[in-house]
Amino acid sequence: MERFVDTFFNASVIASTWPKILSGMLITVELALSVVVTGLAFGLFLALIRTAQIRLLNAAIVVFVDVLRALPPLVMVLIIYFGLPNVGLTLPSFAVLWLVLAAVLAAFAEEIFWAGILSVRRGQWDAARSTGLTFPDTLAFVVLPQTIRMVLPPLVNRTIAITKNTALGTVIGVPELLNQATTAVSFLSNATPLMLAAIGYLIIFVPVVLFGSWLEQRFAFRKA
Amino acid sequence: MTAASPILDIQDLRKSYGANEILKGIDLAVHAQETVFIIGPSGSGKSTLLRCCNRLETPDAGTVTVDGVDLGDPRTDINAMRRRIGMVFQSFNLYPHMKAMDNITLALRRVSKKSRADAEVLALAALERVGLAEKRNAYPAELSGGQQQRIAIARALALEPKVMLFDEPTSALDPELVGSVLAVMSDMARAGMTMVVVSHEMRFARDAADRVVFMDHGVIVEQGSPGEIFGQSQHARTRAFVSQLER
Repeated sequence: MERFVDTFFNASVIASTWPKILSGMLITVELALSVVVTGLAFGLFLALIRTAQIRLLNAAIVVFVDVLRALPPLVMVLIIYFGLPNVGLTLPSFAVLWLVLAAVLAAFAEEIFWAGILSVRRGQWDAARSTGLTFPDTLAFVVLPQTIRMVLPPLVNRTIAITKNTALGTVIGVPELLNQATTAVSFLSNATPLMLAAIGYLIIFVPVVLFGSWLEQRFAFRKA
Repeated sequence: MTAASPILDIQDLRKSYGANEILKGIDLAVHAQETVFIIGPSGSGKSTLLRCCNRLETPDAGTVTVDGVDLGDPRTDINAMRRRIGMVFQSFNLYPHMKAMDNITLALRRVSKKSRADAEVLALAALERVGLAEKRNAYPAELSGGQQQRIAIARALALEPKVMLFDEPTSALDPELVGSVLAVMSDMARAGMTMVVVSHEMRFARDAADRVVFMDHGVIVEQGSPGEIFGQSQHARTRAFVSQLER
């Protein structure tokens, strides 16, 4: 028992590493927020473009979405971080991770939003258009509000799953939560910083999970 | 425009889906304050005809003129015209995320550009006409089918249409709820609304219709007064169809 505590909850290690863990948490939160906001916005934007039914554009979106959903994010992070400098383009590691994760989230979000838009019954479009509402107004006031209520559960799950990939920052040196912890571990040969990191992740993501369930309940509506 | 020109004038209307010709040249004129019933077997093109009247479907050929405006003319502002052509659907199609009041005010605010206050006054008047003013804050799921359909009628009425199209408005309703919707439609007919109704409510048609149109296989077989069509039709196809309705 003593050895267990010494390995995972070592008091002196906690005392010496918590400021770094905390700064890593801040970076992780910053990354996560950037990824969620831009990824969801871009995903919705792509789904909206798709409603215009422009064949070439739709094909491009489908290819983008399928490629990004198929590739492991780690592969993309490595290719961009280690590959781009060879063609003269060096991006900060934070930017690389943000770009990759936002793009992946956008790809999944586009598919979820698009499926949601398609599942709004044809009659809703008919009713709105028959009163003279324009296509954009019908989308904005009739279709999207129903779409968003429907897609909230899968969207929240997917967003959490992708946002947790901020831990990939470790492999390209983004000073996020896991990176701070592993660095400390290699210096101190003690697993306590990893436990601190795990607790840090719980502190960040448990509220997000709870917020997601609250959102789902808040926006649920009885089907007509 | 003379007083005699029709509110709704359909000429040689044709529509196909692939090789399947749904409408094979329809001519139909509906005058102000007329109530015209369209009956016919399923697949006869009744709904498609109705949906061509506000361009939810685009005809392949022929013209639809509403209040003197050719809907097919590229210069026609179709959204401005649709405001003048009310439509009521079999499945109500209320917006489930909005209260009854907001279902009605949406087009008033976005299309007619009314302020929220003005839109709510008009919406309340429309709700009173269908007898559901007290349900203004109810969501569609909290209403019976009959009430939902009456709200849907109010949604179209509030825009002050020149003509109202009804696509089987009572087919999705439980029998005991049909009467309340038909009562609202009778009131509208009596108040002088021009109405085109696809429906098989024969008893209602006898009372409310000025004219009954029988369609089959994409053509108008015959038209006449309810008495003529339901009573002593000269066409075997009409007689066969009407006898099925009576069963």
